[in-house]
Amino acid sequence: MSVVEYEIDRPLVRFWLELSRSRLAVVGLVSTTALVLVAILAPIIAPQNPYDLTQIDFLDGELPPLSISPSGQTYWLGTDAQGRDMLSAIIFGLRASFTVAFSAGALALVAGTTLGLIAAYARGRIDTIVMRLAEIQMSFPAILLALMLLAVFGRGIDKTIIALALVQWAFYARTVRGAAIAEREKEYVLACRLLKLPRWRILVSHLLPNVLPPLLVIASVQLASAITLEATLSFLGLGLPLTEPSLGLLIANGFDYILSGQGWISFYPGVALLIVIVSINLLADRLREMSNPRLKR
Amino acid sequence: MFEVVLRRLVQAVSVVLVLSLVSFIGVYKIGDPVQLLAHEGATEQEIEDARARLGLDRPVHQQYLTFVGRMAVGDFGTSFVSSRPVVDVIVERLPATIELTLAAFLISVLMGLPLGIVAGLYPEGPLARTIMAGSILGFSLPAFWFGMMMIMFFSVDLGWLPSIGRGETTRFLGADWAVFSLDGWSHLIMPALMLSLTTVSLVIRLVASGMREAMMTDYVKFARLKGLSERRVVLLHALKNVMIPVVTVLGLEIGSLLAGSIVTETVFAYPGIGKLLIDSINRLDRPVIVTYLILIVLFFVVINLIVDLIYTALDPRVRGTLR
Repeated sequence: MSVVEYEIDRPLVRFWLELSRSRLAVVGLVSTTALVLVAILAPIIAPQNPYDLTQIDFLDGELPPLSISPSGQTYWLGTDAQGRDMLSAIIFGLRASFTVAFSAGALALVAGTTLGLIAAYARGRIDTIVMRLAEIQMSFPAILLALMLLAVFGRGIDKTIIALALVQWAFYARTVRGAAIAEREKEYVLACRLLKLPRWRILVSHLLPNVLPPLLVIASVQLASAITLEATLSFLGLGLPLTEPSLGLLIANGFDYILSGQGWISFYPGVALLIVIVSINLLADRLREMSNPRLKR
Repeated sequence: MFEVVLRRLVQAVSVVLVLSLVSFIGVYKIGDPVQLLAHEGATEQEIEDARARLGLDRPVHQQYLTFVGRMAVGDFGTSFVSSRPVVDVIVERLPATIELTLAAFLISVLMGLPLGIVAGLYPEGPLARTIMAGSILGFSLPAFWFGMMMIMFFSVDLGWLPSIGRGETTRFLGADWAVFSLDGWSHLIMPALMLSLTTVSLVIRLVASGMREAMMTDYVKFARLKGLSERRVVLLHALKNVMIPVVTVLGLEIGSLLAGSIVTETVFAYPGIGKLLIDSINRLDRPVIVTYLILIVLFFVVINLIVDLIYTALDPRVRGTLR
């Protein structure tokens, strides 16, 4: 008993114990981790490099799943019109999707948190401006704003990342500001002030750690939404360039072949996308439940 | 109340002006539409003439000012591609998008409410678990892929439903509508389902969690103690409180549906304003892009205002806190 109590004092262990009360959340955590690993190790895991023209054989084009090529390679998920192994294309697509979503998420997290903290601490005019901007941004659906931005910037990885960050920063800014305002009335902040600590130090080393938990919930939800958004934008022809296809672009490329019966070209990338988003959402769902005190009876 | 509306309108106009400037300059920078429009054998002189005729040879601030001046009197210019007034081009495509958005909205309410209530009342039951799992799936499914898979299944494999276009339309009140014919409905059903996917899931989750919380409150316990029938307690006392956030979200969802229709219309080659936007972006038809963006921003501001006012009417606690 005493051992358990001792362990529960450690936040990570406590976090894990609470998270693992939902079996689905554990599934989500394990599969998200696995998918990220696959994306990182893509060049090692994938049967072929789908963008190395010496490795693909045009004659193997449009083979259905489980076909075996004359050279003895098995195409587990078939090939596309250029004879590219779909499994490899999906693994590399996963890498592109994750790269964009994680970069955009990190950018939005840093920008949103900074702006939120500044707004909470400065109050007054700065606060009003930041929050009004956030309000305006949040009153438009993310897909519409991102689409407008990309219609204006043009397509590209960097532009997609910036557009996604621009449609996500407000969620962080609002949450951080709310939490920070609630925190700054607490005694430990008063104690810090009495110690005459500089403002930025109170903000960064004392307020920030205390507003992190709600940020984790938002980050998990926003990650899933960034992946879907990027896929949708790429599908519309406004996201990533054709040279570096994400899952969304793979699906779009297969669109033309659906009507002629080669559905697998866009079916499997879609399944992969679905698995990614479901995994993240299962995790996010549990995180949100854990942070909602009203559901704890 | 009047002051709130007025302040919101001023805010709306400034948002529209800023966005129009940003989109105008942005669209100005992405490319030269004359290069796309000119036929292959066009001489240098012909290209210059076309540029002068469209007013594209002048500096960007002059172009913008002319544009704003005309916009103020309701003239949004002429489409580069079809050489017709932009407003006509948009208005002509509008009925298709209205039908699609409304159909998706109805599906969201008619499916989302009952499923959400059931899932919220018996959260531990197998039915609720299935519904909630379904709603997670609905949230996670990339809508455009869902639409494509519907095409693959219902149009290609089974051959039941048409996969593109709007089908037969009927002239009514000066516009073409598809809902008066069976053919029109068969074209509408898959796009509407695709568009409503996220909203249905959202409504289910919102109603379910609201119901779950409402059933634990004191006023529900009290209503039960009074001896009211369970049906009355749920449908009247609990649901009424659950509906406050739901109505707000549903109002805001109209905007999301409109935004989602851009994707839906692209998948189903459905001739609404969303498809028009994507086509115009690909053809650099600046007047259409900018007008679309401005109109949709206006629409959003109006929707937000209406939702705020309804919310105030529904929830007395909010009155007086509107800024």
